[in-house]
Amino acid sequence: MKFENYLKTINQVEIYPIISLVLFLSVFIGVVFYIYSLKKSEIEERANIPMD
Amino acid sequence: MDKFYYDNKIVKYFGLATLFWGVIGMLVGVLIAFQLAFPSLNFGIPYTTFGRLRPIHTNAVIFAFVGNAVFGGVYFILQRVLKTRLFNDVLSKIHFWGWQLIIVLGALSLVMGYTTGKEYAELEWPLDIMITLIWVVFGINMVGTILTRRERHLYVSIWFFIGTWVTVAMLHIVNSFELPFSWIKSYSLYAGVQDALVQWWYGHNAVAFFLTTPFLGLMYYIVPKAAGRPIYSYRWSIIHFWALIFIYIWAGPHHLLYTALPEWTQALGTVFSIMLILPSWGGMLNGLFTIRGAWDKVREDPILKMLVVSLTCYGMATVEGPLLSLKNINAYSHYTDWTVAHVHIGALGFNGFMIFAMLYYLVPRMWNTTLYSRTMANTHFLIGTIGILLYAIPMYWAGFAQSFMWKKFTETGQLQYQFLETVTHIVPLYIVRAVGGTLYWAGAFLAIYNLSKTIKQGTFVDNEAAEAMPLKAQAMPSVKLHWHTMIERKPVQMLILSLVVVAIGGLVELVPTFMIDSNIPIIASVKPYTPLELQGRDIYVREGCYTCHSQMIRPFRDEVARYGDYSKSGEFIYDHPFQWGSKRTGPDLQRIGGKYPDSWHYNHMRAPQEMSPGSIMPTYPWLYDDDLNVAITPAKIRAMKWLGVPYPENYDQKCISDLKAQAELISSNLNQAGIKSEPTKEIIALIAYLQRMGTDIKK
Repeated sequence: MKFENYLKTINQVEIYPIISLVLFLSVFIGVVFYIYSLKKSEIEERANIPMD
Repeated sequence: MDKFYYDNKIVKYFGLATLFWGVIGMLVGVLIAFQLAFPSLNFGIPYTTFGRLRPIHTNAVIFAFVGNAVFGGVYFILQRVLKTRLFNDVLSKIHFWGWQLIIVLGALSLVMGYTTGKEYAELEWPLDIMITLIWVVFGINMVGTILTRRERHLYVSIWFFIGTWVTVAMLHIVNSFELPFSWIKSYSLYAGVQDALVQWWYGHNAVAFFLTTPFLGLMYYIVPKAAGRPIYSYRWSIIHFWALIFIYIWAGPHHLLYTALPEWTQALGTVFSIMLILPSWGGMLNGLFTIRGAWDKVREDPILKMLVVSLTCYGMATVEGPLLSLKNINAYSHYTDWTVAHVHIGALGFNGFMIFAMLYYLVPRMWNTTLYSRTMANTHFLIGTIGILLYAIPMYWAGFAQSFMWKKFTETGQLQYQFLETVTHIVPLYIVRAVGGTLYWAGAFLAIYNLSKTIKQGTFVDNEAAEAMPLKAQAMPSVKLHWHTMIERKPVQMLILSLVVVAIGGLVELVPTFMIDSNIPIIASVKPYTPLELQGRDIYVREGCYTCHSQMIRPFRDEVARYGDYSKSGEFIYDHPFQWGSKRTGPDLQRIGGKYPDSWHYNHMRAPQEMSPGSIMPTYPWLYDDDLNVAITPAKIRAMKWLGVPYPENYDQKCISDLKAQAELISSNLNQAGIKSEPTKEIIALIAYLQRMGTDIKK
């Protein structure tokens, strides 16, 4: 059975991929933005936790 | 300053259990590897037959060997990076002994043939409940420890542990929905396509969240400690975590390419699998770059050597996994030993070596001594590495060879090879693989000897003294904190956010298939199994036939030519559980019904090599001696009816007479073929099921 046959039977199916894409991208962009906003000293402090 | 003590005792228990179960799990693996070359090693009794031992091997190495190692590692690391003792000693003990009890009962029940028939989730419903309870104990102990910490910031290892806990809980619960019909047996709540989707969503993520994320947590602690320098990039580790837990959960359907699963779900699985390469390699490189500054040590230090090979295997497996999820590659790899090679690169290389490196690191520290013999550990490294190569290379070869042979046509358009020829061709490779596995297993003994000598020369520190400032006494930063920093300091929010992230993937993937009946086109001629066939099907599940036979013909020219019409999703709507299988050590059985007379099956199950010389199938003599348990048939029918299988009203009261009539018919068929048989025996039910399989759509 073809792809479209399944899609057509689901109500408002187009929303699923859009939700997932938006969520994924926003989390990902948020995380990337965050880590490059951190100061080097903060990063080093965290990376050193197991070394203490 | 607070003075407190780290609990080393529980880490010791889990460490010893890791070695104990590791040796047993690997031994079973070695035995079943030899069984594939020498079928007489099945010994003709149910308890040692491949179909029952294979789930014991997989469950033992995953949940007993790896599970105990993870718990021990988590408990060691939690205390040190949080600067606190574990939350509750009693919970730690309940966790340990509860888990060992589950392992023992699990192994016993699998030997006895009590299985759900779903790979890596074979344990039956009472054990599923026990696993849930012990997992909750583990969660309380972990979160409690985090909440009583003396380190404001949660180190990245802890994130991976939290992500592991929350996701495994979700996967285990969703995949274990089943309806009990006896004190130990149940039917999956899902059927056919839905059951397959849930199972592989679970199965794939069991690899992700039981075998990968906790190991990355271990890696982010052990690698910096062993290399004597902090992780190469803490920034990468944050991206690694979020990208990994978000993407992994979506990739499950790549186990079901070309099957009767809706295509859009398959496509989603492939796309996300390819995306997985990035965070996986980011993590691997992060680990390797950390060691890069210590190459001079790598030459001598067996721990670092093992970590390098472990991370390299992680890198290999995480490139190969996405490649295998491409449809054109999967068309060749699936159902062959290629998959077996792939998972063992992960299991022996990544997991196994990480565990041994961890034990070589932890034991001398907890016994306040140095490793007994570095040379011996280096020899272990060498033997283990050769073992991995001797295991993997023949399996890749066998996978390619068999797949090409399956698909080969003659010039006149006939299949060139019988299925059996493709098996006998690769049997020598099975022998080499078994030798490789034996070598790896021997390496584990070297580790045991070396570690026990280490233990003997040291003195165990069961309560290790430490001190740290209490959290309240630590100055709060005066500047406004970033949102992610806030999350990193709030474990409960972290846990919930992780759950949301993984649940989204699960929901988007599973919901459409569940909500919409028309996702699975109904085929009018597909009818429920008769009581005898249902009983036969349960024997098929009990004997683990799915470990070697698929029931899923993909829409390829060679498969249709070899097995018959390709499988339709509507054919499986009464299959609780589905039995599609994932490996074709033997041929596909979806259209076996009606292909041979009853007498062929009767003779074949008793002496496979007589019917097909060179076959590596075990014999099943007990099916001819044991009476079918018909006392339970009405309960099975009631359970199926409850699950939505359209049996007539009050059919549970009439099912026995139908069962007996069908058994008489098969028995008289056999008598006509000159075989004296009793209609009450189990083999009759199995024949009934085999002869029914895949025949409905021909009506």
